[in-house]
Amino acid sequence: MAFAASNPVMPTALKILIAGGFGVGKTTMVGSVSEVPPLETEERMTVASVGLDSLAGIENKSATTVAMDFGRITIAPELVLYLFGTPGQHRFWFMWDDLALGALGAVVLADTRRLEQCFASVDYFEKRGTPFAVGINCFHGKREWTTEQVRKALDLGPDTPVMLCDARDRESSKKVLLALLDVARAHALARTASIPGV
Amino acid sequence: MPDRQWSDAEGVGHHVRPYAITGGRTRHSEHSFALITLVVTRSPDGFGGESVEPEAAAILDICRDRAVAIAEIAAELDLPVSVVKVLCGDLLNSELILVQAPPKESDAPSVELIERVMDGIRRL
Ligand SMILES: Nc1nc2c(ncn2[C@@H]2O[C@H](COP(=O)(O)OP(=O)(O)O)[C@@H](O)[C@H]2O)c(=O)[nH]1
Ligand SMILES: [Mg+2]
Repeated sequence: MAFAASNPVMPTALKILIAGGFGVGKTTMVGSVSEVPPLETEERMTVASVGLDSLAGIENKSATTVAMDFGRITIAPELVLYLFGTPGQHRFWFMWDDLALGALGAVVLADTRRLEQCFASVDYFEKRGTPFAVGINCFHGKREWTTEQVRKALDLGPDTPVMLCDARDRESSKKVLLALLDVARAHALARTASIPGV
Repeated sequence: MPDRQWSDAEGVGHHVRPYAITGGRTRHSEHSFALITLVVTRSPDGFGGESVEPEAAAILDICRDRAVAIAEIAAELDLPVSVVKVLCGDLLNSELILVQAPPKESDAPSVELIERVMDGIRRL
């Protein structure tokens, strides 16, 4: 597909975040649904992005960059969805704002052996009002926790989906994404309902 | 302890190339781009003999056939995202590319748009 110089087709780009702790399966989930193998890039933490205070005490050069991986799903020629795997730690907040800006929503991946690793992501999306769903990646095929136990531990309301998943499996990843988009859709419906006369 | 915190692999990039190719700039003075701002090269067949730096020429190459996101360009060229943003700002000033920003935060997605995305995911 080449663009005619006079009339290029400029698609709309949308974004969904896959957040969670180290090794929880973010890249795996991106790869299971992406039309290209996950790509990787890095952003540099600058004074402009975090402010001078946040950079104080950071001597290690490598600490000032954050790697992200992402994939792409072409929904239609004029609609492209990007999925960004995002590290869920506080120290990457400078990046989260850029990542979360304009996102349709987020999947928070959790590993019940290290549930605390997803607290920061859950807090962030709740505060920001970003629609999200929690996927519990079942590493051992064992279900040590029920979804209701995880819901309680994360103090989630009834409207936030919590589901077991296998990030390696496309159908399973699709289910989590669709659960998230259901929440996004509910948000959109609520917005429409709150506009008088619409 | 700080060592451990910063050296575990997650999210911490490896080597970052210097900002020599942007003349030391870490951000563009006029244009700002999002990670998923899309870029298309304006002329599909070369760029009218104008001479641009190799990295800028590589961007024009990558964005010739389809609209490519800033993050994709960065991944493809193995450059930090901020460097790609600066280079694209220059290319935009030279009118060598077209860009499309993603919907703004204030421009919340419609039910229809979300349903289109859901249909697209179901079809995968
Ligand atoms: N058994 C099992 N292994 C998984 C699952 N998801 C990911 N993994 C593996 O866990 C490791 C870490 O996954 P990765 O996607 O790189 O985690 P990330 O750090 O969150 O991006 C990889 O070796 C994956 O193959 C899963 O659902 N079940
Ligand atoms: Mg990863």
